[in-house]
Amino acid sequence: MTEQKEFQNYTVNFGPQHPAAHGVLRLLLDLDGEVVERADPHIGFLHRGTEKLLEHKTYLQGVPYFDRLDYMSMMSEEHTWVLAVEKLLGIQAPERAQYIRVIFAELTRILNHLLFLGAHGLDVGAMTMFIYAFREREEIFDMYEAASGARMHAAYFRPGGVARDLPEGLAERIKDFTDSFPSKIDEYETLLTDNRIWKQRLVDIGVVTPQEALDMGFAGPMLRASGFAWDLRKAEPYDAYDRVEFDIPVGKNGDSYDRYLVRVDEIRQSNRIIRQCLEQMKPGPVRYEDFKISPPYRKEMQRDMESLIHHFKLFSEGFKVPPGEVYLATESPKGEFGVYIISHGENKPYRVKIRAAGYNHLQAVKRMALGHMLADVTTLVGTIDIVFGEIDR
Amino acid sequence: MEKLDHLEQLLAERLAHIERQRLPDAVVLHVTPETLVATMLLLRDDPQLDCKQMIDLAGVHYPEREKAFEIVYQLLSVHKNHRLRVKLAVDEQTPVPSVTSVWWCADWFEREAYEMFGILFTGHPDLRRLLTDYDFEGFPLRKDYPLSGLSEVRYDPAQKRVIRQPIQMVHPNREPYPVNPA
Repeated sequence: MTEQKEFQNYTVNFGPQHPAAHGVLRLLLDLDGEVVERADPHIGFLHRGTEKLLEHKTYLQGVPYFDRLDYMSMMSEEHTWVLAVEKLLGIQAPERAQYIRVIFAELTRILNHLLFLGAHGLDVGAMTMFIYAFREREEIFDMYEAASGARMHAAYFRPGGVARDLPEGLAERIKDFTDSFPSKIDEYETLLTDNRIWKQRLVDIGVVTPQEALDMGFAGPMLRASGFAWDLRKAEPYDAYDRVEFDIPVGKNGDSYDRYLVRVDEIRQSNRIIRQCLEQMKPGPVRYEDFKISPPYRKEMQRDMESLIHHFKLFSEGFKVPPGEVYLATESPKGEFGVYIISHGENKPYRVKIRAAGYNHLQAVKRMALGHMLADVTTLVGTIDIVFGEIDR
Repeated sequence: MEKLDHLEQLLAERLAHIERQRLPDAVVLHVTPETLVATMLLLRDDPQLDCKQMIDLAGVHYPEREKAFEIVYQLLSVHKNHRLRVKLAVDEQTPVPSVTSVWWCADWFEREAYEMFGILFTGHPDLRRLLTDYDFEGFPLRKDYPLSGLSEVRYDPAQKRVIRQPIQMVHPNREPYPVNPA
């Protein structure tokens, strides 16, 4: 007769320092053997009080804070902030600036999805992917640097346009990149898409039905993988997105593998958008030419007193924004990234609420992890593509 | 604009008893704690309004008002492609019914509103602090809470552990010349 043994559930503390936690995530997992019975994510280890800080900064000083929210898709976050401020001011950026912003927003999407591919691959054991993805990421960082002077935290988008025009030769360089990039995406796909191990780790892991996806507040690629052709770039077009053509990739099963496929396809579409923007872009001003809102040109400042005064006032006091409130969301690489600003007519916002794209997705791990094995939790944390800068704010 | 007019029309037909406000780019509904859950259920389940997603929940503090807090819900319909804003004014004592029964994702948003503003929710499954530290006290996004915070955390070599103490803002390296103790 075999001896009967009693096993108790036990709790595993996943993180806050764990290579697969994508930052500082503490995940409390109640396990029955290897099966997850309860998951409780603890967040906030990277909380810096951005919303409180923004209440004490002028609108222009707020821009760099947005780089540091989702520090893997910097310019996308800036995009939301400057569009929201522009909407409150009732202005529109000049056409060339809109195209530049779309180009860099899409480069950022590539940047983010490459990190997703690399880190997700690394999590589930595909080491090579990480190195391949970082090869192209480096090229895009160089473009960031050429345009803004910084590799990551660019502060390039400004209310009313962009900080400065593209330097000479950068447009050609981006074009060359878009020429060769599709073949690189094919390379990634040969590594992963039909890879047996990759599919074993991803297919049918973390299935989210369309109904659940709405209930859990999904957006972006997570929602699209569950079968919704919903994209804010199409639904509420901003900047130059209504002038370019692209498709919305949609998944069927809502599992981790579909989310991977959707993101890979999105990179291809981003490449397409960048090419169209480069073709359509014409020379012209890149900042809104009201010097109460955007800085006067350097040349003017050196001979004109008024311009110098404007420059000083703009960078010390900032511009005043008419009273009102606005909620503006853009399609950031991770999903819907929104800003809700309440203005009381001062040079600082009264209240800023940031709607982080990954917030709901991480919250959903509570539900998605149930009944999965401990090893699949790594896949889940990878597939939701989270960055704690924006979740903790 | 037409879309907002249409939305306002729909709301006038279905929710005539709820106060409506039209902003340049949005339609806002003003609800009370009593009408909140019923209104939200209708907004979610009505096939024309179809607000299947709660996108965001923001707390706002107006210290000069009698009802010092405002909760702002952002709703979205992905099928009809419209957004709706619902506001709820409340004071510090009155608890707000939780909408976690309407949208599952409201869970963390309400926890955040509770920890940042001290707004109380009834019927929430698990109203703990979320973003701030485990032993944090106070409601940091209130307007009377200082930007620098009230406490600081440091390692105390004497006790050999991390301690929390009232904020002092000591910057030992900021003085260019060390002060002579003698």
